Amino acid sequence: MIPNDVRITPELVAEHGLKPDEYDRILKLIGREPSLTELGIFSAMWNEHCSYKSSKVHLRTLPTKGPRVIQGPGENAGVIDIGDGLACVFKMESHNHPSYIEPYQGAATGVGGILRDVFTMGARPIACLNALSFGAPSHPKTRHLVSGVVAGIGGYGNSFGVPTVGGSVRFHSRYDGNCLVNAMAVGIARKDQIFYAAASGIGMPIVYLGSKTGRDGIHGASMASAEFDEDSEGKRPTVQVGDPFSEKLLLEACLEIMQKGCVIAIQDMGAAGLTCSAVEMGAKGDLGVTLDLDRVPCREEGMSAYEMMLSESQERMLMVLKPEKEKEAEAIFRKWGLDFAVVGETTPSKRFIVRHGGDVMADLPIKELGDQAPEYKRPFVSAAKPAAVDAESVPAPVDAIEALERLLAAPDLCSKRWVWEQYDHVILGNTVQRPGGDAAVVRIEEGPKGLALTTDVTPRYCEADPFEGGKQAVAECWRNLTAVGAKPLAITDNLNFGNPERPEIMGQFVGCIRGIAEACKALEFPVVSGNVSLYNETNGRAILPTPSIGGVGLIEDFAKSATLAFKRADETIILVGETTGWLGQSMYLRELCGQEEGAPPPVDLTEERENGDFVRALILDGAATSAHDLSDGGLLVGLAEMAMASGIGARLDAAPSDIPAHAHWFGEDQARYLVTVPADKTADVLTRARAVNVPVWAIGRTGGDTLTLAGERPILVTILRERFESWLPAYMAGEL
Amino acid sequence: MKAAVLVFPGINRERDMARTLRLISGREPASVWHADTELPAGTDLVVIPGGFSYGDYLRCGAIAARSPIMNAVRAHAASGGLVLGVCNGFQILCEAGLLPGVLMRNGNLRFICHDVYLRVERSDTPFTRGYNAGQVVRVPVAHGEGNYIADGETIARLEGEGRVLFRYSSPDGTIDPNWNHNGAINAIAGILNERGNVFGMMPHPENHVEAAIGPTDGRGLFAGLAEVLERAA
Repeated sequence: MIPNDVRITPELVAEHGLKPDEYDRILKLIGREPSLTELGIFSAMWNEHCSYKSSKVHLRTLPTKGPRVIQGPGENAGVIDIGDGLACVFKMESHNHPSYIEPYQGAATGVGGILRDVFTMGARPIACLNALSFGAPSHPKTRHLVSGVVAGIGGYGNSFGVPTVGGSVRFHSRYDGNCLVNAMAVGIARKDQIFYAAASGIGMPIVYLGSKTGRDGIHGASMASAEFDEDSEGKRPTVQVGDPFSEKLLLEACLEIMQKGCVIAIQDMGAAGLTCSAVEMGAKGDLGVTLDLDRVPCREEGMSAYEMMLSESQERMLMVLKPEKEKEAEAIFRKWGLDFAVVGETTPSKRFIVRHGGDVMADLPIKELGDQAPEYKRPFVSAAKPAAVDAESVPAPVDAIEALERLLAAPDLCSKRWVWEQYDHVILGNTVQRPGGDAAVVRIEEGPKGLALTTDVTPRYCEADPFEGGKQAVAECWRNLTAVGAKPLAITDNLNFGNPERPEIMGQFVGCIRGIAEACKALEFPVVSGNVSLYNETNGRAILPTPSIGGVGLIEDFAKSATLAFKRADETIILVGETTGWLGQSMYLRELCGQEEGAPPPVDLTEERENGDFVRALILDGAATSAHDLSDGGLLVGLAEMAMASGIGARLDAAPSDIPAHAHWFGEDQARYLVTVPADKTADVLTRARAVNVPVWAIGRTGGDTLTLAGERPILVTILRERFESWLPAYMAGEL
Repeated sequence: MKAAVLVFPGINRERDMARTLRLISGREPASVWHADTELPAGTDLVVIPGGFSYGDYLRCGAIAARSPIMNAVRAHAASGGLVLGVCNGFQILCEAGLLPGVLMRNGNLRFICHDVYLRVERSDTPFTRGYNAGQVVRVPVAHGEGNYIADGETIARLEGEGRVLFRYSSPDGTIDPNWNHNGAINAIAGILNERGNVFGMMPHPENHVEAAIGPTDGRGLFAGLAEVLERAA
């Protein structure tokens, strides 16, 4: 067994990821040298992953309040009011480093962790989503990572029994050594039955529930707070192993004891396990906590206090129970075959005391562990904004149809069916809109309300201009929810960046946060939960800045939600929003011209709002028969997606003469949608738009089995579909 | 209809199944825990829903098949009572020896969730009387191990006795390997026991019963069962 009274050397401090000045702070705080267990506890509480020490000062600038917000950031998940006495509980969280080291278990436990965050608050999970970023397809590890991560996400969610209804997948060489796995979970709770982490009452029993504690995942949170290098694969033992079967039992048992009124406070054991959960419960409740590790259910013999306090074994919970309900709660847990042990109690001392084998292994001030973690105002520099690309100067190497075919087969734009068919997306019987559309729609209980859900970000925009990129990520999320007819309510943000100790990375972070904050304010779309993942670098090369935005919208009657598929022939296709032909940072520029250059499209938040509100109104009053937001790939790619989803073709008018045709078809101007309306309603819809100053153009008609642009060769929708569907399966089969 | 839905630890489509039974029969099914030893009095239909009973550990369905409640299910089946197993329920029935054969991993070794087309082979059974023979129905699958196989003699008997009730097919009813997503022998999606009262299938008809959510081709199976049981009652 690891002894507790080893000498604390500078090397040992460094191995725990603590900087010398941070260690000095510990010495000052406790007035003596810490024991090994205490050092471990500090390293777990003060690492970047748990303490947000580099990001906190900036996160405070995000708008987190709104009439619907019941609980903003700081709890296990955010909570919003969706009416009828119900609340939606949701959050997104990263599991990047573990997924790179061991893709199946890394991704699986990422899903498990975020599900636990949601049901810890008393919500039954109803949907999962994810946002995945992988290295270049040509990188030797990419296929292995895609295969493992997708199987891991499916393996956990499918078995747990929650539909995985949406997400995004992208490829870029900047993720070669550091893939991103961001998992989002959404649950429904009764508004008056939300559970929090703050303990209350002195002498209350602290109960350990769920699976046993093993040696897995020790220092996982510290690993997630360091850069990668060649030796990172040696960190595999720090990746936890997931057991969705236990988690499903834990869910049912937790919801049952919550319903029976047994629970005062509850916290799941995620990063830094027992340490983090116990400290948070005490610190938030202004109470001390004493733990007796002799009572912790262990999977292995001879575990030391240090190991138990840092283990990240999965599927575990810590609760403060009402003493009079202890027996009832225990019976419920025994019924589900789960461990149940009283491992401590709340105290008035505000000390965090850990006993093991009759000795005190740690005795620390509980508030300071949580509240007085270091907080840094790290220096940052903002990169110069790139100049806008003049569309006239961008070559058009191939005709528009050829360009469309190539774009639809591009890794980032092609169909992700190969991925989402490995996720059970129909379980629970409430999936109204399945993966493949702008946003998923799930029915709430027996309806008629529905939730719209999506994840979005365009990292290449964030790289070129963090502020505009941050705005765009939020705006696109808002637009995707709007395009199915939902009212966007709130977001969760999962901020993935490189090493914050580098001023240019910190500059990206600060810029993106400013952009996110501005868009959230303008669109009344508050941030209610989130997660920061820094140090996403390998050998000094950072990922693209990737602030994934997970959005939730509400639709009063899910039957009114719109899909992107054309519904019938001879309807008018209407383009909503201004088209300037913005090719800077576009998929066209990257995939056809091999350039990743220029400023990204600017986002006018007033236009976003006006255009979106107009489109939503058209959907809800039944005027629009289909709707689709325009984003990556621009107008023609969006149009092809509507045709492919329906099998119905379209005939489009010629591009206007004032901008180059390829810029018209493939530019990525923001705040745009395509909608279809019956021919006899066209004039009415155009008039309505003009009355509210929303720019609209009737650009063509649905019908036939080809996509036909004036002056170009027609192409069969079936051929487009073939291009769209074949790249990913062929790539994963090793044929490319 | 007096249905009992079995719940083993790790089963996860019990809510979907209970909702469908309620929607179609108008009666709330009983929920029966794996550790129970008796079915509720008067049970006329036992339903084993989908999921990952016991985490699929050891083999899919192997542990559930040896649960206390399964003796009561065997007795129910032996007395001619109806038993329906869907997905993990089908695997459990095979492991329990109530149906022949076994479900192996899908041919492509991946979990698959999408809609499939099933050709209804017979309509003169309690499980398929809501359909016409030759009709093609669209229902979702969601499984990693749905690749049905049995020894040649068993398959010959199943086929000879008309005990294959559903086969994976193209939308027009053609049996074609391209439409057999998991590689099941003879494209078998669901089989009946010798006596005709125990039926197992991999796809999820319970997820296609509400027009507001999607296709409703799954209704026929439950409507047929409800009708035959109401008449018997």
